[in-house]
Amino acid sequence: MNILDMSLIEVSNLEKTYINEGVSTPALQGVSFRIEKGEFVAIMGPSGSGKSTLLHILGFLDQPTAGEYLFDGKSADEYSEEDLARIRNKRMGFVFQAFNLLPRTSILENVKLPLLYSDIPESRWRKLAQNAIEAVGLLHRIDHESSRLSGGEKQRVAIARALVLNPDVIFADEPTGNLDSKSGKVIMEILQKLHEENGHTIILITHETYTAEHAGRIITMRDGEIESDRKVEKRHEARDGFRK
Amino acid sequence: MTFLHTFKTSLVGLKTHRMRSTLTILGVVIGIASIIAVVSIGSGAQELILGQIQGLGSKTIAVIPGREPSGPSDFAQIFSNSLTERDLDALKRKENVPTASRIMPVVFGSETASFGNETFRPTIFGGSDLLAQIFDLYPERGLFFTDDDVRARAEVVVIGSKVKEELFGESDAIGERIKIKGKNYRVIGILSAKGQVSFFNFDEMAMMPYTTAQQYIFGIKYFHRFIIEAQSDGVIGRTVRDIEATLRENHGITDPEKDDFFVQAQSDIASRLGTITDVLTLFLVAIAAISLAVGGIGIMNIMLVSVTERTREIGLRKALGATRRDILAQFLTEAIILTGVGGVIGILGGASISLAASIALSAFLSLGWTFSFPMSAALIGFAVSCGVGLVFGLYPARKAAGLNPIDALRYE
Repeated sequence: MNILDMSLIEVSNLEKTYINEGVSTPALQGVSFRIEKGEFVAIMGPSGSGKSTLLHILGFLDQPTAGEYLFDGKSADEYSEEDLARIRNKRMGFVFQAFNLLPRTSILENVKLPLLYSDIPESRWRKLAQNAIEAVGLLHRIDHESSRLSGGEKQRVAIARALVLNPDVIFADEPTGNLDSKSGKVIMEILQKLHEENGHTIILITHETYTAEHAGRIITMRDGEIESDRKVEKRHEARDGFRK
Repeated sequence: MTFLHTFKTSLVGLKTHRMRSTLTILGVVIGIASIIAVVSIGSGAQELILGQIQGLGSKTIAVIPGREPSGPSDFAQIFSNSLTERDLDALKRKENVPTASRIMPVVFGSETASFGNETFRPTIFGGSDLLAQIFDLYPERGLFFTDDDVRARAEVVVIGSKVKEELFGESDAIGERIKIKGKNYRVIGILSAKGQVSFFNFDEMAMMPYTTAQQYIFGIKYFHRFIIEAQSDGVIGRTVRDIEATLRENHGITDPEKDDFFVQAQSDIASRLGTITDVLTLFLVAIAAISLAVGGIGIMNIMLVSVTERTREIGLRKALGATRRDILAQFLTEAIILTGVGGVIGILGGASISLAASIALSAFLSLGWTFSFPMSAALIGFAVSCGVGLVFGLYPARKAAGLNPIDALRYE
C-alpha cells in the first residue's frame, strides 16, 4: 500500500453485536468505508441504526465484535491500551450529546482536563485552554462553573475541551440534539469553522438531514448497514442561518 | 500524569463531592474516635479499680465475722460477734500463725461528731498503732496514736481531711476536743486528703485506738475485723490456712462448712476483680468493634452510593485520555486523603474525649483517674477504617477503570 493512499480512518466489515442477558442484538453488520484527513463527514440515520455504535468504535471508546479498523494506517488491535489512551488524548476530541462536563467545576478546569493526561508541561496549560475557550467565544466566562451555563454554552465548553490538544479528528455525537435552534446554529458554525479554517477532520452524528447537510459527505446508516454514502452538493452554511 | 497533578485532581474531586467526602471522613472519625475513647476510658477504670485494691497491699488478709456469702441471696452477718479478744491473742501467738507480720483488730461504725456548732458524721475507725503502717497513712499535722494510747484507752482521735474541714473549717484543729457520743476526744493528728483507698475513704474517718472505740463508742467486746499482713506474697496461702485453723480451734469448729468467720486475702480480691475488669475490657472491646463496624459500613455505603456518578466521571476521563493507572492513582489518592484526614481527626477526637472524661471524673468524683492513650486501639481503628475506605473507594474505581470508556460513560 502506498503511503499516500493511507486514510486517517479505514474500516472494513466492521461488526458489533451486543449480548444482553443471552439475547444478542446486532448493531453493526459489516460496515466498510474510509475517511480521509480533513474531511467533514456526517453519519446519519434513525435511532437504532448503529451510528452511535460506529462512532464509539471509531473513537476507541468501544471495541468491534469483528472486522478491521485501521487508524492512521495501523490496525486497532496493534495498539496497546496505553496507546489508545494516548490517541484519545492527543489525536481525538469528543463532543457528546449530554455534554459530559465535570459538575461544580469551572470552564477553565473542564477545558484543561485533557491536558492533565497529556505530556504538555503545565506552564502551557492555561494558554492552550484560553485559546480553545476563545475559539468557542466563551473567554469572558472562563471562571464560571459549568453547572451554571446554558445548554449551548455547555456544548461550546465541550467543543473547547475537544479542541484543546488540537486533535486530528473531532467526534461529535448529536452535538445539537439537546439544544434549541439558535444554540445549534452556533455549534454548527463552530464546527464548520474548525473544519474550514483549521483543517480538523470532523465526524458528526445526527439523525437530521438538515444538520447532516452542513458536512461535505453523508454516510446514511440503516439497521447496522450503510444505506448510502454521498457527497453533499450544496452545503448549508451555518452562518447563513440554521433551523431545526 | 505526575504525582502532583494526581494529588491536585484528587483534591478537586473531593471538593466537588463535598458531602460525600465529609460523610466518609465522618465515618472514619466515628470508627476511630469511638474505639479510642472506649478503650482509653475502659483501661482508665480498670487501672483505677486495680490501683485501689493494690493500695491496701497484696499481702493484706482480712478476717471477717459471719459466714462467707455463698450467693446473692445469702447475706453475710456482718455484725456477728464471733471475733474476740481471745482470738486476737491466739492469732498473735507466733506458734499459731508464724508467717503473720502484723495483726490489727478493727472496729468501725458511723457516729455523729461535733465541735462547737458544727457536726459531721464520720466513720469511726478503731484500730491499733499499726493502722498507719498498714494503710500507709501519715498525719499532715500532728501524730498518730501509739501502742501506749491503745493500752490506755486514750481519748484521742486522728481525723481525715474532710472531717477537719467540716468541723473546723480553716482554723487549726490540733489539740482541740471533738465530742462523740457525749465524750470529748482530743485531736492529735490530721491526715492529708487521700481520696478513696481500696474500700476506705480515710478523708471521712475519725481514727482512734480500738480499745477506746470498743469501750466508749460502740460498747462492744468483740471486733468487726482482723487485718493481718503476711510476711511476703509467697506465704499468703499458708497464712490464711493457719488463721483458719487457729480460729476453728478457738471456736471449737470441726466442720469448715460451719465456720462463723471467713478469711479474705487481698490478692484473692485483686484477682477476682482482675477477672471482672477483664470481662469489662472484653465488653468495651465488643462495643468498640461494633462502633468500628458501624463506621466501616458508613464509609462503605457512601463509597458505593456514589459509584454511579463516579463511574461516569471515570468514563469521561478515559475518553479524554486517562489511562487505567491515572484513574486508579486518582482514586487511591482520594481514599488515602479521606481516611488520613479522618484518621487524624478521629485519633485527636477520641483522645480528647477520653482526656475530657478523665479530667471530669477526677474533678467531680475526686478519683485518681489516669489518662492513657491506647496505642493499639488507635492503630486497629486506623487500620480498619482506612482498610474499609481503601477497599470500597478503590474496588468500584478499579472495576470502572477496566470498562470500555463508553460503558463507563453510560453507566446507570
